[in-house]
Amino acid sequence: MLSSSAAVAPAKRRAPARVLPGFKITLGYTLMYLCLIVLIPLSALVFKTFTLTWDQFWDAVTGPRVMASYRLTFGASLIAALVNVVFGLLVAWVLVRYQFFGKKIVDALVDLPFALPTAVAGISLTALLAGNGWVGQYLEPMGVQLAFNANGIVIALIFIGLPFVVRTVQPVLEDAEKELEEAATCLGASRWQTFTRVIFPSIAPALLTGFAMAFARAIGEYGSVIFIAGNMPMISEITPLIIIGKLEQYDYAGATAVATVMLVISFILLLVINGLQTWQRRRSGGPV
Amino acid sequence: MSTPIIRRAEAGTTEAPWVRCTLIGISLVFLFLFLVLPLAAVFAEALRKGFDAYWEALKEPDAWSAIRLTLITALITVPLNLVFGVSAAWCIAKYEFKGKSVLTTLVDLPFSVSPVVAGLVYVLMFGAQGWFGPWLQEHDLKVIFAVPGIVLATIFVTFPFIARELIPLMQAQGNEEEQAAIVLGATGWQTFWYVTLPNIKWGLIYGVILCNARAMGEFGAVSVVSGHIRGQTNTMPLHVEILYNEYQSVAAFAVASLLALLALVTLVIKSVAEWRHEREMKAIGQLSPENTQTAYATLSVKAAS
Repeated sequence: MLSSSAAVAPAKRRAPARVLPGFKITLGYTLMYLCLIVLIPLSALVFKTFTLTWDQFWDAVTGPRVMASYRLTFGASLIAALVNVVFGLLVAWVLVRYQFFGKKIVDALVDLPFALPTAVAGISLTALLAGNGWVGQYLEPMGVQLAFNANGIVIALIFIGLPFVVRTVQPVLEDAEKELEEAATCLGASRWQTFTRVIFPSIAPALLTGFAMAFARAIGEYGSVIFIAGNMPMISEITPLIIIGKLEQYDYAGATAVATVMLVISFILLLVINGLQTWQRRRSGGPV
Repeated sequence: MSTPIIRRAEAGTTEAPWVRCTLIGISLVFLFLFLVLPLAAVFAEALRKGFDAYWEALKEPDAWSAIRLTLITALITVPLNLVFGVSAAWCIAKYEFKGKSVLTTLVDLPFSVSPVVAGLVYVLMFGAQGWFGPWLQEHDLKVIFAVPGIVLATIFVTFPFIARELIPLMQAQGNEEEQAAIVLGATGWQTFWYVTLPNIKWGLIYGVILCNARAMGEFGAVSVVSGHIRGQTNTMPLHVEILYNEYQSVAAFAVASLLALLALVTLVIKSVAEWRHEREMKAIGQLSPENTQTAYATLSVKAAS
């Protein structure tokens, strides 16, 4: 036993896991599948974009209708993600800290937007908010119109993004050490001070990650939005719909150009999210 | 609980009852408005003209073919992504290698790509003017506006689900158990089957049902590649859209209600999987030190023999 453990120890430092078989085959398969399904198709998009001249590309991605769609998509996504940060934090807090009747069901229900197909969410929200719907019939007389305009888009995006914030903040809150709060109280902090100075800084990275995820998802969202948006050019037309519209007119070059812009943005957001997650891990796991 | 000192100490780490009730109230109202109402509306709208109209809408041949196509798509997509997910999680969680974080990021990539863009890239590859378009036409094969395109787009969109679920789980569990199995003479396959799989099974189930729900419900990507040929390339979500745009509200919500039921079943299975996993984790945590030592003793006896 002794000799074997002595033999394992230095090897362990060099290559800790080569004892387990299957590295080459799983890595090979993973890379092959990744290339076939994701990388080669996405590179088709990039190559197609490079067949355009710069002027063609620029015209396609900065047309007035496209610019209006960027403003709408980013504005609505930003508002929806901010609303989700506030209510997502609240829901996560309530689910972690308090006991109440039906908590397990509420907890399970939070994932509904992940499981419910977006088209179903779209038609159902539209039915609710339209002038004759359960909610719309009370709001319409007051002059509040939530369906078939930008308001509807924001509501659909709140629905889609909600679980992202809750599910990133929840585990961090669960792991938070109560001792820190006790210490803060002993040192004379009020509950609000404890929250803003002790608890909030420890969950801020998770909150930002959830925000970025909800935002990224909202920008690309299509299914739930198109039913409720009304889809009027310049007013309530989102960027993914612009791509579809160009495709339906066989304007492949234009569709590709706009899609490339969206791809670059989602890639940047992905890197930001990854950076935030690393930050969060270092915050919670690293030396204080 | 009753002494004033303890009460004061507790007050430092929790909120006053009225704050607690207000917070719970606000979040329940918010969740009711944004989650419960839309879900209830689906079923209410579907049954608005009675159960017979609901049943008629589901019996329609176009609805049937949409259901069939959705099932076929999920049946191809989920196993393929399952094999990929397990293989990606195995090499990312169990080994250290250069470029690991890049690989992890790339696995996540389809999550942040808009579904519409996902559909478009396959049109650029296999469409009439795409890379393989002329070759496919020569050989009389159809990918875009046909079932293969739908399957491919669905695979892309649901690509990271299972891997994403498994990687953190397998990383948290570490390699010790697998190494022990290998040292004791198990083959790699036996190690995976008897040691790794029981450890990750709840995460695996969760990943599979989420992947399945998304595969059956995907709309954006599929709508780009499908061509919307009724009775042939319409999946359930696309069929919902067509019916809805034709003002056949009851029929649209009837098909949608099936998808909503699928979502509810998904949530139930997911919750059960989570609770079981938590219970198992607790059971392991409650093992007394002697038990752990007995386990190690048994291990070393087996190793010696």
